[in-house]
Amino acid sequence: MLLNEFLLLAAVLFAIGVYGVLSRRNGVLVLMSIELILNSVNINLVAFGTYNGDVAGQVFALFIIAVAAAEVGVGLAIVLLIYRNRRSIDVAEADLLKG
Amino acid sequence: MSLLLTLAVDTPQFLPQQIAFGIIATISVLSALKLVTTSNVVHAALYLVLVLASVAALYVLLAAEFVAATQVLVYIGAVMVLMLFGVMLTRAQIGAEEGLDHEQRWIGALVALFLLGIMSFALVDHFGDERLPENIVPQQTAEVSDEIFSTYIVPFEAISVLLLAALIGAIVVARRD
Repeated sequence: MLLNEFLLLAAVLFAIGVYGVLSRRNGVLVLMSIELILNSVNINLVAFGTYNGDVAGQVFALFIIAVAAAEVGVGLAIVLLIYRNRRSIDVAEADLLKG
Repeated sequence: MSLLLTLAVDTPQFLPQQIAFGIIATISVLSALKLVTTSNVVHAALYLVLVLASVAALYVLLAAEFVAATQVLVYIGAVMVLMLFGVMLTRAQIGAEEGLDHEQRWIGALVALFLLGIMSFALVDHFGDERLPENIVPQQTAEVSDEIFSTYIVPFEAISVLLLAALIGAIVVARRD
């Protein structure tokens, strides 16, 4: 198997995730796209770990899974708070910093 | 997609893996595209499950079975339940929904295509046709755990504290008072 198959697939998933983060207005959908991005990075790590014959890639993939779980917890709590305060989870409407 | 498929059929001795990779790659890319374009939030969550499951299958293909098991347990098990709770608590309407996307989403598409172009150029330029090792050894779980609890013990402890902090933070942020 070519290393590039995995790396290019991860690049495609990453780009799709970036498009999702930039184009979605619903906060929960933005979080889902962020999960897509984190997963594509994990594919890269595991592919490079296998390529180098080193388990360090898998170890870091596990660390990223743990960090992603923490990120989803805090992110959803923030989305819930925005919904409670503004009755909407449109991320384009959360523009108080605009001045 | 066609690039991935043509890449997938050039090594006869790994034909089963190549076919499996082609199927998995097609499923994951198609459901990722549906995930960012569908107009139903619950369908988006289900497409995310498909993407996560196919990524777990990729880990099995790369002989990283512990990461694959963790992916299924943590992502498909826990994170998806959290996501669906988020969908439920923010009162998504049932069925298709208007206004899930920005009007200027073509800028996002432009940025994503630009990124994809740069990344694939760099990858193809640098890694060309480097191959994965011929004899990938499965059953690396013992080695992974040895590494985590010896070389990477400090990051491991840091992540434990991070998880605790995130847990407390999420409770404090989301609780009504």
